[in-house]
Amino acid sequence: MRWTQQLRMKILMLFGRRHAAARLDQELAFHLEQQIAENVAVGMGPSEARSAALRLFGNPTLLREEAQSSWSWNGLAKTWRDIRYAARTLRRSPGFAALAVAVMALGIGATTSLFTIVRSVLLAPLPFAEPNKLVMVYEHFRNTLPSLNGYNVVAPGDFYDWREKTNGFQDMAAWRWWGCNLAGEHVEMPEVVTAAAGSWNLLSVLGIQPAYGRAFTPDEDRPGARKVVLISWSLFQRRFGGNVSIVGQQIHLDANPYTVIGVLPKAFTYPNPTVQLWVPYAASFPIDEAPPHDMHQSYVVARLKAGVTAQAATQQVSTLQYQIHMANQGRPVAEEAISRPMIEDVVRDIKTPLLVLMAAVGCMLLIACLNLSNLLVARSSARRKEVAIRGALGGGRLTLIREQMMESLLICLIGGTLGLSLAYSATHWLATHWRDLPRADAIHLDATVLGFSIAMVLVAALVAGLVPAISATGTALITALQDSSRAIGGSASRAGLRKALLTAEIALTVVLLVSAGLLFKSFLQLRTADLGCLTDNVLTLKYGLPEMQYNKPEMVVAFHESLLQRVRTMPGVIAAGLVSTPPGGGYEGDQVFIIPEHPAQNHSMLDQDALYRTADPGYFKALQIPLLSGRYFTEQERLDRAHFIVINKKMADQYFPGESPLGKHLTWQWQMKPENFEIIGVVGNTLHEVGATINPTAYFPIFIGTPRRAGSATLVVHASGDPLTLSIPIQKQIAALDPALPVYDVLTFPQIVGQSTVSESFSATLVLAFAVLSLLLAAVGLYGVLSYLVSQRMTEFGIRMALGAQRGELLRLVLTDGLKPVAVGLALGSAGGIAAGMLIKSLLYGTRPVDPAVFGVMIGSLMLTALFASMAPALRACRIEPTQALRME
Amino acid sequence: MAKPNDLVQGTLDLLILKTISLEPKHGWAIAKRIQQISNEVLQVQQGSLYPALHRLEQQGWIRAKWGESETGREAKFYFLTAAGRAQLEKEKESWKRLSAAIDLVVETAG
Repeated sequence: MRWTQQLRMKILMLFGRRHAAARLDQELAFHLEQQIAENVAVGMGPSEARSAALRLFGNPTLLREEAQSSWSWNGLAKTWRDIRYAARTLRRSPGFAALAVAVMALGIGATTSLFTIVRSVLLAPLPFAEPNKLVMVYEHFRNTLPSLNGYNVVAPGDFYDWREKTNGFQDMAAWRWWGCNLAGEHVEMPEVVTAAAGSWNLLSVLGIQPAYGRAFTPDEDRPGARKVVLISWSLFQRRFGGNVSIVGQQIHLDANPYTVIGVLPKAFTYPNPTVQLWVPYAASFPIDEAPPHDMHQSYVVARLKAGVTAQAATQQVSTLQYQIHMANQGRPVAEEAISRPMIEDVVRDIKTPLLVLMAAVGCMLLIACLNLSNLLVARSSARRKEVAIRGALGGGRLTLIREQMMESLLICLIGGTLGLSLAYSATHWLATHWRDLPRADAIHLDATVLGFSIAMVLVAALVAGLVPAISATGTALITALQDSSRAIGGSASRAGLRKALLTAEIALTVVLLVSAGLLFKSFLQLRTADLGCLTDNVLTLKYGLPEMQYNKPEMVVAFHESLLQRVRTMPGVIAAGLVSTPPGGGYEGDQVFIIPEHPAQNHSMLDQDALYRTADPGYFKALQIPLLSGRYFTEQERLDRAHFIVINKKMADQYFPGESPLGKHLTWQWQMKPENFEIIGVVGNTLHEVGATINPTAYFPIFIGTPRRAGSATLVVHASGDPLTLSIPIQKQIAALDPALPVYDVLTFPQIVGQSTVSESFSATLVLAFAVLSLLLAAVGLYGVLSYLVSQRMTEFGIRMALGAQRGELLRLVLTDGLKPVAVGLALGSAGGIAAGMLIKSLLYGTRPVDPAVFGVMIGSLMLTALFASMAPALRACRIEPTQALRME
Repeated sequence: MAKPNDLVQGTLDLLILKTISLEPKHGWAIAKRIQQISNEVLQVQQGSLYPALHRLEQQGWIRAKWGESETGREAKFYFLTAAGRAQLEKEKESWKRLSAAIDLVVETAG
């Protein structure tokens, strides 16, 4: 049986290879002995016989290798040998090996981690049925401000009309943010939860089934319908212990009983994981109001009909919207509708930062590869003679290249393995700590990511290894052998190669440094942004009075007032005030108004728009927001006698240019119908959100008491010491007034700012870390190149010195040699940096793509690093003793 | 490695198989035997012989066992397997056909 014989040989060759090799040696030795014996037999002397036999025998190593080449598993054996050689070479220079492995581990780890996130967040389809058929439809005002980028949230009246009167989409659903106090059936364990209100068909449009129970019915999504709620999986687990019997039971939302009709599946975290429960869309609006066309707050999800493009369907909606606009002239109703794919909508804020980070790690990986390549070129030139000798002894060029490649492959493989474990923990850390990252729960390493990183390891090994391997083995053997270290400038081309690699490295580093500098400066600007008020030693706490319970203005005012009285008399409290949303706390809302004193203009209606806030008389003083003219509210201006308003400076400048706003009025639909409010004061500007521009803002007196408008408040407390120590005593005071009232968002201003800049902090810190690492790599590269050049030219320097060159001249010679690629790299990199700055323009705040300070600092630090890196080899060059240099071989 | 004055490509296998078809032989003896039988015309170089032997062994045509040589040294003896014997017949056939064809061309053509 031939195949059994072949199998026997295969097994023998696989497991008995070492034995077989020894046997081959014996076999060949036997042959040689027979030859010697024969030579002796024909009368040669012993030594003559031996050398004649050896001559006939030829190169025993070559013969052995050729015999072995017929063995099974030979490719494997060769690879294994290459790996052993490579490992041995690396072990001989552990410092280099460790550095290279660490660099590759970082590069590959960071790239894999970012790739995982980019893939899960930006590329993976949304977890809905046929997600590519989902689009978001928005309103579009023709004269919109560029800062609002044209996608305006939808008014409920518009949504109902769209759904009823157009048929381009298969179906349309709407949802809006909501929030409430959640308590148990017996009003126990109150807490404030983020919630959303969705139309009854939202789940079916998305293609989602509740995990337990059912979705809303059309009847439940009508004003005044029975109150029902769907709870999220996380609330179901967290608050109800995953007990399915909660379905059908009642919970209290803002003191109203709601029946739980279902539990949403675990994977459903749209629009974000903080949403704890869903109520029907109609339940989030007042019962007694027709759905308005001029109150914009909803998001519309639409599913495409087969055969109808998003564009055609949106055009139909847009046509309808224009009719609505014409029917509501003089009110803020948009003229058009526009749409974009849902996936784009979900990731729009994170897309650019993620891609920037991805590009940054890509750059870093490339720099790491170039650096490894550079170091390998240096090592290969030191081993040039060895390679030449091996070539002369019959080593094939391919074999030599393969061996050199194996070295970089080995480094990349070890680095990649380390990098993968690094990526695993880094990805996990990023996914849990990056607060604003959408779809963070979908992030995971999988086979594709593994494949990606393996591919990356191979590509990196190829990039890093091929150039040195080819250049090291390509040169004519004779030249290499003749090329003694006395030959001057013998390997100019090799140095050229290294300089080119170095230039590319420096250029990339500059690009990274500049981008990092710009991002970091933006971040610092954000962190230190002047909110326009006192931010030290201030505590903020939020609470919301349930409308059911506090249904009369007097009750709202009474609660606010007694809370303020209690807090103001607490020890350690300097001042306290109430505001609906503190500076930096967010948008809250905006509304259009009319100034009755101004002549009516047709178009001006829509342009007159301001953010609104409610505040108590003591708020401005407590946060030291300066009074520019007029006065604050007084304690007596309350309830029906509270039609007064305080505006900020921006609003005064924008709507009352060249006149005093004091005594003028604003016609504002504050409660049911438009009413006039008299402007009594102008205060300094505050930022509603870090990184945003200052908007016109109007402050209404919170003591007007309207439950829907004045029930939610943020208590701001200026403390004499650490404000956080006050948080428990203040919460006790609130509990004393209403034990069922939950308090939330207990924060200091640095915390508010920190929370809203966490994303910027992430990208800026990460890119900066990558840039610093790249700078280090570039420094190592520069040092390596110069050291090599100096050691190559030692003899030349010796001769120069012997002929009378001064040490300073030698120093200058080496430094210019080293700094030339740096200068070229700097020029290229600066151009690249400007381009990169333009690309990341949308992420910048308080700086611009060509920021002289950033460029100066970054280029300066690179120059300084470069100078340090080249100083050591340069000093070595000029300290050389001529006699010693000339004798050196 | 193919040397200019080497045997016709592929015929070395045939010669080796034939040489050991009667009794097991070691490498040295195979080379000597071929040289002797061919009246010193065919010189088998070690550089071709041992790779060929190992290749044939891997392919399962021949097997090897270690035994004592004429001089009392330990040597590797090669012998034919059943498959090798069949292969020898096949190669002999094709060699006969080939050499007859070459004869024909050399004798009659021109």
